[in-house]
Amino acid sequence: MFARVSEADFSQQALYDELCLNNQASQSGAVVTFTGRVRDYNAEGAIDGIELEYYPGMTESALQQLLAQATTRFGLTNAGIVHRVGRLPNQAQIVWVGTCAAHRQDAFSAASYIMDMLKQSVPIWKKEWAGDTSTWVAAKGTDNEAAMRWLTDDKDD
Amino acid sequence: MKVKLFAQIREVTGTESLEMAVPDDATIEGVRQALMAKGPQWQQALSANVLCACNQTLCDGTMVVSEQDEVAFFPPVTGG
Repeated sequence: MFARVSEADFSQQALYDELCLNNQASQSGAVVTFTGRVRDYNAEGAIDGIELEYYPGMTESALQQLLAQATTRFGLTNAGIVHRVGRLPNQAQIVWVGTCAAHRQDAFSAASYIMDMLKQSVPIWKKEWAGDTSTWVAAKGTDNEAAMRWLTDDKDD
Repeated sequence: MKVKLFAQIREVTGTESLEMAVPDDATIEGVRQALMAKGPQWQQALSANVLCACNQTLCDGTMVVSEQDEVAFFPPVTGG
């Protein structure tokens, strides 16, 4: 497993290769990867990139915990997250998640779970730039609902 | 204790981190109230919808903290 916070851009191929290299290949019939990118608009109109702040130490350990939770819940054979921070232009890659499992459904579900929970519980804050002005992004109700869906499933289990 | 502030809270208060003395039975909520008493910006920044962490783990306001702890206040997270 790997969980990293980085200002530098990443190569999806390099991360995929790393995920598979450290994997119990014979047990993993499925690898799912997700990449999040910077949109060039918000509800008000065009934007000129974003800026991400994080809590050094806590952010990395929260990402690590999230991978551990997903591994237990979905029986993953390997998983990784890379989250970028700092100023990022439109279309830049922001976040990468990779999950390995014996079958595709667990790999898909785990990638979805990691992204939903990341938006709810990992200390990272996003600011959007438009010209010289910047606005902190407010937490979205829909993101909260997405995370709550997984937490409600826990109760039903 | 060491207090760290992030995002809007850091910007509105103009403070990234500070050291403060706390009584033996201090809670996170007590620390928040003490910080809010520092002025209108502090009041504004820390009054609504604030999450807190003690030693880099999320916690609630009732948690008892001591001089050696690192406490952080920040808005709801918006990564991904």
